[in-house]
Amino acid sequence: MAFEYAPAPESRAVVDIAPSYGLFIDGEFRDASDGKVFKTLSPSSEEVLSEVAQGSAEDVDAAVKAARKAFEKWSALPGAERAKYLFRIARIIQERSRELAVLETLDNGKPIRETRDADLPLVAAHFFYYAGWADKLDHAGYGPNPKALGVAGQVIPWNFPLLMLAWKIAPALATGNTVVLKPAETTPLSALFFADICRQAGLPKGVVNIVTGDGTTGAALVEHPGVDKVAFTGSTAVGKAIARSVAGTDKKLTLELGGKGANIVFDDAPIDQAVEGIVNGIFFNQGQVCCAGSRLLVQESIQDELLDALKRRLSTLRLGDPLDKNTDIGAINSAEQLARIKALADSGEAEGAERWAPACELPSAGYWFAPTLFTNVTQAHRIAREEIFGPVLSVLTFRTPAEAVAKANNSQYGLSAGIWTEKGSRILSVANSLRAGVVWANTFNKFDPTSPFGGYKESGFGREGGRHGLEAYLDV
Amino acid sequence: MSERLSVFKTYKLFVGGKFPRSESGRVYEVTDSKGKWLANAPLSSRKDARDAVVAARKATGGWAGATAYNRGQILYRVAEMLEGRRDQFVAEVADAEGLSKSKAAAQVDAAIDRWVWYAGWTDKIAQVVGGANPVAGPFFNLSTPEPTGVVAVVAPQESSFLGLVSVIAPVIAVGNTVVVIASEKAPLPALSLGEVLATSDVPGGVVNILSGKAAEISPSLAAHQDVNAIDLAGADAELSKALQIAAADNLKRVLRPQAVDWSADPGTDRMTAFLETKTVWHPTGSLGAGGSAY
Amino acid sequence: MPTVPSNGNEAAERLASMADVTASDGALRRFLHGLPGVDTVGLEARAAMLGTRSIKTTAKAYAIDLAISMIDLTTLEGADTPGKVRALCAKGVNPDPTDRTTPKVAAICVYPDMAATAAEALKGSGVNVASVATAFPAGRAALPVKLADTRDAVAAGADEIDMVIDRGAFLSGHYLSVFEEIKAVKEACRREDGSAARLKVIFETGELSTYDNIRRASWLGMLAGADFIKTSTGKVAVNATPANTLLMLEAVRDFRATTGVQVGVKPAGGIRTTKDALKFLVLVNETVGEEWLTNTWFRFGASSLLNDLLMQRQKLSTGRYSGPDYVTVD
Repeated sequence: MAFEYAPAPESRAVVDIAPSYGLFIDGEFRDASDGKVFKTLSPSSEEVLSEVAQGSAEDVDAAVKAARKAFEKWSALPGAERAKYLFRIARIIQERSRELAVLETLDNGKPIRETRDADLPLVAAHFFYYAGWADKLDHAGYGPNPKALGVAGQVIPWNFPLLMLAWKIAPALATGNTVVLKPAETTPLSALFFADICRQAGLPKGVVNIVTGDGTTGAALVEHPGVDKVAFTGSTAVGKAIARSVAGTDKKLTLELGGKGANIVFDDAPIDQAVEGIVNGIFFNQGQVCCAGSRLLVQESIQDELLDALKRRLSTLRLGDPLDKNTDIGAINSAEQLARIKALADSGEAEGAERWAPACELPSAGYWFAPTLFTNVTQAHRIAREEIFGPVLSVLTFRTPAEAVAKANNSQYGLSAGIWTEKGSRILSVANSLRAGVVWANTFNKFDPTSPFGGYKESGFGREGGRHGLEAYLDV
Repeated sequence: MSERLSVFKTYKLFVGGKFPRSESGRVYEVTDSKGKWLANAPLSSRKDARDAVVAARKATGGWAGATAYNRGQILYRVAEMLEGRRDQFVAEVADAEGLSKSKAAAQVDAAIDRWVWYAGWTDKIAQVVGGANPVAGPFFNLSTPEPTGVVAVVAPQESSFLGLVSVIAPVIAVGNTVVVIASEKAPLPALSLGEVLATSDVPGGVVNILSGKAAEISPSLAAHQDVNAIDLAGADAELSKALQIAAADNLKRVLRPQAVDWSADPGTDRMTAFLETKTVWHPTGSLGAGGSAY
Repeated sequence: MPTVPSNGNEAAERLASMADVTASDGALRRFLHGLPGVDTVGLEARAAMLGTRSIKTTAKAYAIDLAISMIDLTTLEGADTPGKVRALCAKGVNPDPTDRTTPKVAAICVYPDMAATAAEALKGSGVNVASVATAFPAGRAALPVKLADTRDAVAAGADEIDMVIDRGAFLSGHYLSVFEEIKAVKEACRREDGSAARLKVIFETGELSTYDNIRRASWLGMLAGADFIKTSTGKVAVNATPANTLLMLEAVRDFRATTGVQVGVKPAGGIRTTKDALKFLVLVNETVGEEWLTNTWFRFGASSLLNDLLMQRQKLSTGRYSGPDYVTVD
């Protein structure tokens, strides 16, 4: 008998999802002005989880007005008091972290192991980190008494719904701004639960407003003249549209967009850890990560050895019920995203790359894509250039460090990169040469609230995290 | 004895360390504030702008890769060279901006001092805006500023020299290369600056100076896919908006026009606007195997 | 004695083809230092991640029985007596007197002077006698003494020999001397009838200090003919850990891929709870897979672990938590 792991599902009972949710504006939940709603699904089963209000331009306007009204008092509050609200929020998130992890897994489709061990601890840590800044802004290097901008309009993606909310809201509130946040259409629930956490924390009404909806809601928010700051995380195409829409205004803009991260493995790499790093780089969160290491650049002299090891490792990945504590690969977030992944993977085959995936049974309901790698990929292939945002790794080779760097940088993007070598001077010289905002050497996909994150080139501008992350929300 | 006839200078562009005429062959008349003819300046075309971007791109590796100390030495050398040609610039600025000799001298002195200020910044900015991040894990984590790349600059229209220096120096101090469109009506101090830069050890292509109509040249720079950032200091509201829209095509970093007192302490903003923060992680871990006996 | 699958002629040839790497101290050093490095943080993170696997219900029942069957039930005390050893042997053969379906352990591990007592007590039981040897645990004796120690244990009926390497020689870079010593002990494991005791080579990973050293020692031991590579004596502060065991599993995996020769792994010392044991089995399962999930290729060197496994086993079958009064004290 083989050692088969019995199902080990995390209990759903820990989270109570209401049949419907309104918009959170001025401290209260309310229906959309035109009464429109949309459904949010569990991508692993296509089960309808709840019905959520579709925010209209009128609702966005109400939310911005509420935020504007709240701004005067909130920004005038002593930093130490704002800090205490944020500390309260951080603590409540810790208390409710299992509930939020299960909720996030249900709404997003990512494995509970990730929401439990990565998303939620980072969410709480982010609030703790920025809470501490609220009364220390004079010492942050932006001159004495730096001022808040006003109302921040924030639009976030579906890949890390609550973590991206934390990255947006924590620094905004710490610096004295008020916010209107639009969560992604397919993952609105954790933001709505966060609204309840704001209530429990006693946060003054109007300081945080959550307006659910689709792209039109987001556009209404970004274009609203009452917004002083726009922060967006999402696709490069939408980021460019936003950059155009704020042209000629005084709105401060930060964008955290797409990527096509190169993960460079040299022949003197710590191979077993490199394999783990490659797997973590592209299969963490089903590869739906802007900083994913989606291009593997492997030195030709170890290509066979590394690919054998990688394939062997991929065969041990456990795909299935995201709530199962032993699941490594969960569901793709939406039918639309799945279709995009499939189309790009098909283009890889059509363009002559060689496709490989481990034997892997996909569930019949829900949106699934097996972990896949492509070999014989060249720089000219679409799968080497376009962001797939899925569990698909493109493998390319190089012969020399200079060639590795040239290929890594040959991209419109510049968000992340990885370097695997035991030679210290090579790490430093390659890291210096890479045009990417985050470089992981002998590790990958590590995040921390103290560590600035953001891109070069078309991966966006501005940094989130660390002291650097304050700048986006200060009038400096 | 009859008065000696002076020798006029043919003002030329400064691109890739050379002094070309506009490829278009066009010039335009530059007058002083009272309308008196001063010189014909090259009327740069979009192709001149393109050539300048090629030169600027070519220079990025060497300039960004130079040590900060070396960049500081070179910027200081610019100040030294300018000091030697102070009288020439005072006269040019006085003509260009209609200033008295003493007021023009104040502008030139401030511009020289600005080079000195930024010369000193080259090897300090990284310590001010970068640093180690205390992440909650066994990792060494360091954020370092790096130059954005090729920066297009629409120079201030009114402050033909101090304003110009105030926008060029910070961009190159931190390792970028620049294509600058000089003040449209007062380009001569800018074009003369090229002559100073050429003799100050500034590598060719690091600073490229164009004269002409900002509204004609800048859109192609704003739309250029190989330009990484744009400083709109001298663009009016309408042009600024159009350039921002064009700049969105490759998500250039944009420094919007704002009211600036060029004589005030410039702070660090014009440097940080054209810096990218790179954060590098590396595992640290314990000295040996977890819990080893040593 | 469990059947050791034949590695076949091909494996022998492939192994022989590696003879050049052990031809001289220099060649061996170059080979061992040419092995891929180990990143400490990455290795420990992988081991920790595998430690989060949730093993429940049927999987847990399977894993508990598997773990019991993999135990080298150990007593290595100055105070050991024949009575104590006989009691331990009885326990190893019949771990839970209240439940005869409980598997027996793999071996009883004792000092050489107790090997005969253990052999007598275990005769016909199917439980092996394992004896430590080579001046265990420090290994600080002359080679002839170590070899005599080994031969004594084999002669007394030991089916398996747990030797210690000369850590001093290893740390001072005398790899060939360590290699030759293992080879000599392997030779001393032979019986007159041509059969041989299986040789487990203990690295005392806590003293090797770095993961790079543990990987090198693993290859050194395997090249010298180890049937098992083993983490620790249980006599130093740090013994088996998930990370060093994971690393050794990677080594046996890679060694087999290179030579065709399969080698077993034995973490020893510090594994006291069912939860710990299950984590190690997950490491085996997801690193080298099913082929190592038998007591021919994986062992736990442990003593108190058995009672915890038995209590957990009782919990699974009865649904209520057991207590120390319901398992035997040895």
